[in-house]
Amino acid sequence: MSVLIYTETEKGVFKKNAFEVASYGAALAEQLGTDCVAVAINPSDASQLQSYGVAKILAIKEAKLNTFNAKAYATAIAQAAKEANAQVVLVSSSADSKFLSPLLAAQLGASFAPNVVALPESTAPFVVKRTAFSNKGFAHTELTGSIKMIGVANNSYGIHEKETSASVTAFSPNLEDRLFATKTTSVDKVSGKATIADADVVVSGGRGLKGPENWGLIEDLANVLGAATACSKPVSDLGWRPHGEHVGQTGKPVATNLYIAIGISGAIQHLAGVSASKVKVVINTDPEAPFFKAADYGIVGDAFTVVPELIEKLKAFKAQNA
Amino acid sequence: MKILVCISNVPDTTSKINFKDNNTAFDTAGVQFVINPNDEFGLTRAMWFKEKQGASVAVVTVGDASVEPTLRKALAIGADEAYRIDAPATDGFFVAQELAALVKEIGFDLVIAGRESIDYNGGMVPGFLASALDYQYVTNCISLEIDGNNATAIREIDGGKETLGTQLPLVIGGQKGLVEESDLRIPNMRGIMMARQKPLHVRPATTSESHTKEISFSKPEAKGAVTMIDPTNIDQLISLLHNEAKVL
Ligand SMILES: Cc1cc2nc3c(=O)[nH]c(=O)nc-3n(C[C@H](O)[C@H](O)[C@H](O)COP(=O)(O)OP(=O)(O)OC[C@H]3O[C@@H](n4cnc5c(N)ncnc54)[C@H](O)[C@@H]3O)c2cc1C
Ligand SMILES: Nc1ncnc2c1ncn2[C@@H]1O[C@H](COP(=O)(O)O)[C@@H](O)[C@H]1O
Repeated sequence: MSVLIYTETEKGVFKKNAFEVASYGAALAEQLGTDCVAVAINPSDASQLQSYGVAKILAIKEAKLNTFNAKAYATAIAQAAKEANAQVVLVSSSADSKFLSPLLAAQLGASFAPNVVALPESTAPFVVKRTAFSNKGFAHTELTGSIKMIGVANNSYGIHEKETSASVTAFSPNLEDRLFATKTTSVDKVSGKATIADADVVVSGGRGLKGPENWGLIEDLANVLGAATACSKPVSDLGWRPHGEHVGQTGKPVATNLYIAIGISGAIQHLAGVSASKVKVVINTDPEAPFFKAADYGIVGDAFTVVPELIEKLKAFKAQNA
Repeated sequence: MKILVCISNVPDTTSKINFKDNNTAFDTAGVQFVINPNDEFGLTRAMWFKEKQGASVAVVTVGDASVEPTLRKALAIGADEAYRIDAPATDGFFVAQELAALVKEIGFDLVIAGRESIDYNGGMVPGFLASALDYQYVTNCISLEIDGNNATAIREIDGGKETLGTQLPLVIGGQKGLVEESDLRIPNMRGIMMARQKPLHVRPATTSESHTKEISFSKPEAKGAVTMIDPTNIDQLISLLHNEAKVL
C-alpha cells in the first residue's frame, strides 16, 4: 500500500506544484499509516523531493517522454502506481495534469476528484472537499472505488517542508508506439515568465484601461512584483490581449496569493474564476464597482494616476527590502 | 464526418448558488439552465464543419426531461438531431460510459465536448470517454482543423499554447477560442421553428456504475469587509500588503 504522487517537472526541474502535491501526499500517507511514493519523469535531481516528506522516488528516464504526451504520461504513471501498489494517486491541477488525469483514472479504474482543497475529511468513507460551481461552492465528495485519485487544487494545501531520506529507484515503464499517435508538433510559450497557474502574484487589467496601448502599465507593475499578467474576458474578446490571459469562470482559474484587479468591474463570472486567490486588491474609478465587495483592499481612483505611483513606490520598497 | 457534440446543462453563469435538503442537494429554484459555455463554443465549431465540410451534427445530454429545452436550443442553433440519455448524471464516470455506449452504437468520428462543465467542474467526461472508446484525445482545445482523417488541434497550456497533430476518431474538450465569442450563434425564429421538427431521441441508460458520490455541499466563508485606501496614500497599501496580508 502507498500514496503515489505524480511530481511534475519542466525541463528536468520540479514545478512548484510538485512540492505542494508532495506536501499533501506526505500528510495523507501519515494519516493512512503508509508511505508517500513519488513518480517523476526525467527529473535532473529527484532527491529534491526529500525535503517534502517523500519516502521513495521512482525516477523515469525515458527520451520518448521528453515532450509531454498525455496518453504516454498517463500510462507511465499508471504503471508506477501499480508498481507502488498505490491505494491513492495524487496529481496537481496544472494544464498538463488536468489533461492526463481522466486517462490515468480510467487506466487505474480509480474514483477521481479534481480541485481538492484540503486533506480528506475522513478516510473511511473517503471524503474530500473540492471546489464546485466555479468557486461559488464546495462539494464534499465520497470516492467509492478501491483506488482513489485526487487532483490537488493549485495553491490550496500549500508547501510544507519535512526532511526525509528518500530512496531513488530507476523505473522503466513499458510504452508502446501506439500511445504516441497524438503528437505535439510545436510549442508556443514565453520562457522565463511567470504563468497565471503558478505565479504568486497576478496583475490583471479590464476594460477600464481603455485600450491595448495602455498595457505597459499592467506589465510594468507585473515586472516589479514578478507577477503574471491576466485580463478580463472582454479585453481578450476585443483582441487587446491574447486569449490565454483571460481569467474567470470561462477562462483560466486564478488561485494566487495576491490578485490585483485594475479597471475590472467584478462581474460574477469574473469573480467566480479569481475568488480562490488569497488577497485581492481592486483599483477602480467607480466606488460602486461590485469588485470592491469581494476585495480585501480597495482604492477608488484612476488607474492612470494610481498605478504609475504604485509602481514607483513598489520599486522603492523592493530596493529597501532587497 | 459524423460529429457528436456533448452538452452539459448547467446553471446560467450569473446564478446564485444555493443548497437545500440540509445541504445535500443543489437548489434549482429560480435557476435558469443553459448550454455549458465550453460546449457552446464546440457546437458552433461543429456548425462550421457542417457548413464547410458537409459534416452531420448530433447533440447529446445525459439527464432527465428537464434538459430538453437546452437540447432544443442546440437544435435551433443548427444541430441535425438530438439524443437524451434518460438518467440523472450521477458522476463523470457514469456519464462517460453512457456517452460511449451511444458513440459505439451510432458511430461518430469526432466527439466534441467541453474542457469542463461550469457546475461541477469535473473536466473528466471527455477523457473518460476517449479512454472507453480508445479514441485520440485533446483537451483545452482552442482551435481544431480536420483534413480527411487527420486533425490539427491547438491546446492551451500554462503560459502558452501548443499544436498537436492527431487523427480521427477523436474526442476533444473545447473552450473559448475554438470559435470567437462574436461567432457564437443565437437561435433565430426560423431555427426555433425547424428545431420542433427535428428528432430528439430518448434512450434508457445502459449502465449504472458510478465512482463518486456527492455527500454534501457548502459555501465559501463570508469574506471580511474591504479596507479602503485613499488614492493619495499608496504607502498605506504597500504597508498593509507587507505587514498585514504578508504578500509582499
Ligand atoms: C457566459 C459568460 C461567461 C463569462 N465569463 C467571463 C470570464 O470568465 N471572465 C470575465 O472576466 N468575464 C466573463 N464574462 C463577462 C462579464 O460578465 C463582464 O462583462 C466582464 O467581466 C467585464 O469586464 P471588465 O470588468 O473588464 O469591463 P467593464 O465591466 O466594462 O468594467 C470596466 C471597469 O473599469 C472601471 N474603470 C473605467 N475607467 C477606469 C480608470 N481610468 N481607472 C480605473 N478603473 C476604471 C469602470 O468603473 C468599470 O468598473 C462572461 C460573461 C458571460 C455572459
Ligand atoms: N450530463 C452530460 N451529458 C452530456 N455531456 C456531458 C454531461 N456532463 C458533461 N458532459 C460533457 O463533458 C464536458 C466536461 O464535463 P465535466 O467532466 O463534467 O466537467 C462538458 O463540457 C460536456 O461536453
